[in-house]
Amino acid sequence: MRWLWRGLVLVAGVGGWQLWTSAAGSAFFPRPSAIVARMHHLWFSGPAAHLFLTPDATGNILPSLGRVLAGLAIATAIGVPLGITLGRSTVVTSYLNPLLQFARALPVVTMAPVFIVLFKIGTEMEVATIAFGTVWPILLNTIDGAATVDPVQLDTGLAFRLSPRQRLVWVIVPAALPKAFAGFRLSLSLSLILMVFAELVGSSNGIGYEMSNASNAFDMTFLWATIVLLGILGYLLNALLGGAERLVLGWHTDKGLH
Amino acid sequence: MLEVTDLTKAYGSGAAAHVAIDRVSLTIPQGELVSIVGPSGCGKSTLLRCVAGLITSTAGQVVLRGEPVQRVPDGLAVVFQDYGRSLYPWLTVRDNVALPLRRTTRVRAARRAAADASLAAVGLPGVGDKYPRQLSGGMQQRVAIARALAADPVLLLMDEPFGSVDAQTREDLEDLVLRVRRERDITTLLVTHDIDESVYVGDRVIVLTAGPGQVRADLPVSLPEPRDQITTKELPEFVRLRTEVSRLVRGRDAATFPRRVPDNRLADSE
Repeated sequence: MRWLWRGLVLVAGVGGWQLWTSAAGSAFFPRPSAIVARMHHLWFSGPAAHLFLTPDATGNILPSLGRVLAGLAIATAIGVPLGITLGRSTVVTSYLNPLLQFARALPVVTMAPVFIVLFKIGTEMEVATIAFGTVWPILLNTIDGAATVDPVQLDTGLAFRLSPRQRLVWVIVPAALPKAFAGFRLSLSLSLILMVFAELVGSSNGIGYEMSNASNAFDMTFLWATIVLLGILGYLLNALLGGAERLVLGWHTDKGLH
Repeated sequence: MLEVTDLTKAYGSGAAAHVAIDRVSLTIPQGELVSIVGPSGCGKSTLLRCVAGLITSTAGQVVLRGEPVQRVPDGLAVVFQDYGRSLYPWLTVRDNVALPLRRTTRVRAARRAAADASLAAVGLPGVGDKYPRQLSGGMQQRVAIARALAADPVLLLMDEPFGSVDAQTREDLEDLVLRVRRERDITTLLVTHDIDESVYVGDRVIVLTAGPGQVRADLPVSLPEPRDQITTKELPEFVRLRTEVSRLVRGRDAATFPRRVPDNRLADSE
């Protein structure tokens, strides 16, 4: 029953938006029906063989998604192992902590010019921006998770003579995972922001590139279409992560913590 | 089997050092179940952790089967008080029990079979696929016991294992320990603050003084087998023993009156 009410609220919200924009007739706020029609025309009216994706969609949405995933993959590949290592060595972490906090506090956008110089404008620079921005929540949360493993759980591993590798795989990593996931969730929403930003700065394709084109051409419906598309992508990625979390952390989340 | 000689453990150093146990010596022959009781803060848990090789002693030594214990020895199993924290919530009950077997058993199916057999032996058949939090406290502690027994230990250490379950469950678990003692030749050290429990399950009761813990008394328990929660506890011998242990634990005479009790509480992990 509840999903029905939720659906109803969504429909009412969009309906309200439609009524308001129709009444206002402003050139800056196109009607949602027009936005959806444009989205369909731009991206989702392709042949069935291409999952209805138009060349415009495969040429822009897919590269953007690829950059997001590549950036997150790099951030995870660095953040999780490094976070576990640092979390388990309090001495090293206490020395590195000021440095980590400083690096994290740097607004990523200010690093973009550096990455432009380093990598030139293009996919590498965009992926680097996303990876640099998203590594911090993952890293710092994983450090916290690995540092706060219950001492009884560690003692149990020792008392049953698990090898260091077994303690890592069966005790420390699972214990740190809930916090690592919390960090990843933050990084996911950050990654979309950084993707758009990096593509606005300079790109020859992607959703941010399309936005910049739409904006330059004063094509408001097109611009709103990209905004709605980004919202939908963010929602889908989050839902995907939620599913992965339930799969991996079922023992944790089903306890009713959320 | 297990020989503890002049075992001393101090936390910190110099004038601020806190001595948790002081020259504790005890010898436990193969297959005996020894209860260790003492007032709060007497270093019971410290003693157990030293024997387990989880912490290193300041002086003295622990010798298990002729080998000095420096790290966690082979053939050791531990049941911690806090089952909620010592069972891994991310593993199913079966995987919790099977995890320590990874060291010795390479075949997964063999580990699973051994885990299921051990679970059945503690009266928990068919819960292998559940997660620990889906079981009651008493059942979780049974799982912890199954995990300890699965690897066929020679020495079983239990640190106030039944401190956090209700009275009825506690009695059931005590009877489980007695059954394990009857059926298997495992030397067991059981730390408890419950005087009745120490007498009821023990072949011997060792009473420690208030911190720093020293051996105050070592009493043999000669109660008839099999023991029973009702009939054993009304025997004059049981009553005599529990009264004596109780008197020793309370330590009313001046010589052993607890000194510096507030500090000492810090040493005991509970």
